[in-house]
Amino acid sequence: MIPNTVISVHNLVKRFGNFIANDHLNFEVYEGEIFGFLGTNGAGKTTAIRILSGLSEPTSGEVLVAGFNARKQPEKIKKSIGYMCQKFSLYEDLTVRENIMLYGGIYGMRKKEIRARTNSLLAKLHFEEYGDRLISSLPLGLRQKLAFSVAVLHEPRIVFLDEPTGGVDPITRRQFWEMIYETAAGGITVFVTTHYMDEAEYCDRISIMSEGRIVALDTPAGLKKQYHADSVEEVFIKIARPGKN
Amino acid sequence: MRTIFYLIRKEFLQIFRDKFIGRAIFAIPIVQMLVLVPAVTFEIKSLNLCIVDRDLTTESRKLVNQVVGSTFFRVIFTTFSEEEANDLLSRDKCDLILQIPSGFGKDIGKGNPVKVFVSANAINASNAQLSWAYLNGVIGDYNMDIIAENTGNQGLVTVPQIQVTNRYWYNEMLNYKYYMLPGILGILVLAIGFLLAGLNLVKEKESGTIEQINVTPVKKYHFIIAKMVPFLVIGLVDLALGLTLGKLVFGVPFEGNIALLFLCSAIFLVAVLGFALFLSTFSGTQQQFMFTAFFFMIIFILMSGIFTPLESMPVWAQTIDLVNPVVYVMRINRMVLLKGSTFHDISREIVALTVIAIAFTALAINRYRKTA
Repeated sequence: MIPNTVISVHNLVKRFGNFIANDHLNFEVYEGEIFGFLGTNGAGKTTAIRILSGLSEPTSGEVLVAGFNARKQPEKIKKSIGYMCQKFSLYEDLTVRENIMLYGGIYGMRKKEIRARTNSLLAKLHFEEYGDRLISSLPLGLRQKLAFSVAVLHEPRIVFLDEPTGGVDPITRRQFWEMIYETAAGGITVFVTTHYMDEAEYCDRISIMSEGRIVALDTPAGLKKQYHADSVEEVFIKIARPGKN
Repeated sequence: MRTIFYLIRKEFLQIFRDKFIGRAIFAIPIVQMLVLVPAVTFEIKSLNLCIVDRDLTTESRKLVNQVVGSTFFRVIFTTFSEEEANDLLSRDKCDLILQIPSGFGKDIGKGNPVKVFVSANAINASNAQLSWAYLNGVIGDYNMDIIAENTGNQGLVTVPQIQVTNRYWYNEMLNYKYYMLPGILGILVLAIGFLLAGLNLVKEKESGTIEQINVTPVKKYHFIIAKMVPFLVIGLVDLALGLTLGKLVFGVPFEGNIALLFLCSAIFLVAVLGFALFLSTFSGTQQQFMFTAFFFMIIFILMSGIFTPLESMPVWAQTIDLVNPVVYVMRINRMVLLKGSTFHDISREIVALTVIAIAFTALAINRYRKTA
């Protein structure tokens, strides 16, 4: 069976003045998979994810997300995606319910529908008692889980997660990945950037970026075989510091 | 379209969740009205006068008495030395010097023309002009008395003269509170929305929440309008508060249609909020916004004609003022409140405000970028 392509990127270049943040990226992401985006700090991951989600315009190249052109139809892309960024972005001075109501409303959901969805979401996360608390009063782990839930509230085709588990404890990280699996099983494609190599192992396929280029792209097992490594971490170190081999 | 209601709801929730801002929004205009309206006045009640009487005759003393008798002047010093008087003036101890030369009484007796000399401290130019005019009036009265006396003594008919009686339309008592209050109302409506709306948007940039909004399919104009509506409502509530205070505390007349006043203020607010949001798209931090907003607010207010008449500004300034929304609201407030002007009377101002409001809002929407 030929998988359905939801993201296709051809020769994507993004320049900031003289600096080339994305240097001719080429890759495809298939429907329902968990696609990991790895790389050192400043490798250009965030730049790429911002272009894919319509927040930043590519300098050149062809980028199609959910069938829409990232340069010409960024607003159409935004209808089909969810996005959770590195920096926590729910409104801290609003309660959990108020935040969910806002984003549900923005995506055109009906009030009743949002209320029902909010209740089931809070129940699932065992969050019931937090519903009317301000976001600013919640611990980071809870916030991140909530932000992810809000990002997929409107059942987008693709969800972009930019370092979603940064600064989160191992137990919460594990729970977070369970949520990611569940989301992917529900048919939503997950595009995730991370620094944690154990998380990379959970992905269906991973690409490794270095200095604005994609230097490797395969399944975790495929990469380990290719680089004669026992873990993705080893692969990453071999690629990111090639001189040390 | 329903999206916009969710956005407006969010803005209201956020504004009033901040307890301090939620209260200040209504407390500040009240304080502003109570302090500014009675404080900002051009009225002159007691001027410090120094008299240099080198004549010391009955005539000169009569003149001095007449001056002292008026409520405007307080003689704080009498001297024979011009230097001493000038020194007092230069040290800001007195506002005016009245010099009566020797021979004043003798010349009057002979029927010769006489001169007195008045110097005024013009550090404050409008003050100097006014005080000079007051003193001139008193001396003029004295002059008329002498003429009447002289001609009366000779048993002739009184000299025919033109009597000017005047009436100040729309503000009969020349009550400065009536003049300032409509202007202060305009400023109060301007300041709160201008600062809060702009800061609100920049704060979203600083905290990163705007990124989350930008990645949704929200329409640009939805977002901008949702930022304007709460402050539009707050501005109009503040106007209502200000008007109530004006009536209850200062007894300012409401000659015109209050609904018309609110309509104009609403258009004015759209213009002001549009400009604030336009400015905020240039600022990355709240500090940057405050700095630029302060600069523009000062220009808007000082050039609005609240203190100085527009007509006395240089032509280039009047040209700039064509796009200053405060100019129009100042004029509208005064005309509607004091004069009872109707929609028809102020239609030119309303059209101008509407054009400015649409232009600024369009600029704000255009400058706001969801995709960098």
